[in-house]
Amino acid sequence: MIVRISGEDQYRLADEDARRLNELESEVVAIVEGGSEDGFAQAFAQMLDFVRSHGTPLGEDELEGSDVILPPADVSFAEAGREFTGEGLIPD
Amino acid sequence: MAGLTGRMSTVVKAKVSKLLDRAEDPAETLDYSYQKQVEQLQNVKKGIADVVTAKKRLQMQESSLQQNVVKLDTQARQALAAGNEELAKAALERKNVAQTELQSLDTQVSELEDQQQKLTDSEQKLRAKIEAFRTKKEVIKAQYSAAEAQVRISEAATGVGEQMADVGLAMQRAVDKTENMRARADAVQELEAAGTFEDVTQLGSGEDDIDRQLKQLSSAPAVEDELAKMKAELGSPASAQAPQISAPEGGEASAGGEGEQPATQPADGGQA
Repeated sequence: MIVRISGEDQYRLADEDARRLNELESEVVAIVEGGSEDGFAQAFAQMLDFVRSHGTPLGEDELEGSDVILPPADVSFAEAGREFTGEGLIPD
Repeated sequence: MAGLTGRMSTVVKAKVSKLLDRAEDPAETLDYSYQKQVEQLQNVKKGIADVVTAKKRLQMQESSLQQNVVKLDTQARQALAAGNEELAKAALERKNVAQTELQSLDTQVSELEDQQQKLTDSEQKLRAKIEAFRTKKEVIKAQYSAAEAQVRISEAATGVGEQMADVGLAMQRAVDKTENMRARADAVQELEAAGTFEDVTQLGSGEDDIDRQLKQLSSAPAVEDELAKMKAELGSPASAQAPQISAPEGGEASAGGEGEQPATQPADGGQA
């Protein structure tokens, strides 16, 4: 599976790692939906670190679409919240 | 897709796809598609130039504010030496505001440097992908039938298109940050234009508008502390009198006071 971290790189991730990423992402989403910023930055950074450490970066001449695109590392809690109300990082 | 249906990534991906759909079919004609990519690269360069311009503007304000801080400090000392405590206080209040602005400018300059670095990295990545696309399209055109080539080019175009969308997002974030800072820089400039950091000795004895605003802006304890410290350095009593430099301990402070200005001049100027 190919994962892109916005503003960084694309990574190739093994299937089992993809499952772990799914869990980590669910944790982040749960925090965002809970509405309290506590733990957000840590959980989000942990998710991105997992991709960076377990994934293999795509070569710069590889032209592939991503299966998954994650928000940029400097996303704020407020931005992440808006992500779920339809505004998000990229205007509709 | 290994069953990954995470909500966050799905939403982001859907939006990137929407951005791609909105653009004309990138695979429609190869050369047109390539031309579009090169245009996007030019936009990124322009974006970087804008960030650099904003940064330079902030840095110029920084150096001007630094000069004002030095000037106001000197004026406060001179006023105090001449026994005019009110004027000294006014100068210190302005110095306090200028220093607060300086700190905030510092933070903003480093944030812009961060943005500049990110955009530069994005530009390099996009350039590499575009170059890969250019090579690939020639190979595909030469090796495959028209129908097959169309499929393969479409895949490659999706790869480049996603990179372009990603760079577009990075640019949008940089523009937002730069605009926030531009508004902030304008606010500082207004303070300067209003004479906030000008020569306080030009002021009359009465409070003017700027003084009243400054009292709200500057933190009074900080100003009082600095005033007290300056008094101690000058060795002058709390009541406004022509200073007698007679402090027996005579540390670096009074020596410094003498060196900087004619501290022993009569204070009649201040009384008038």
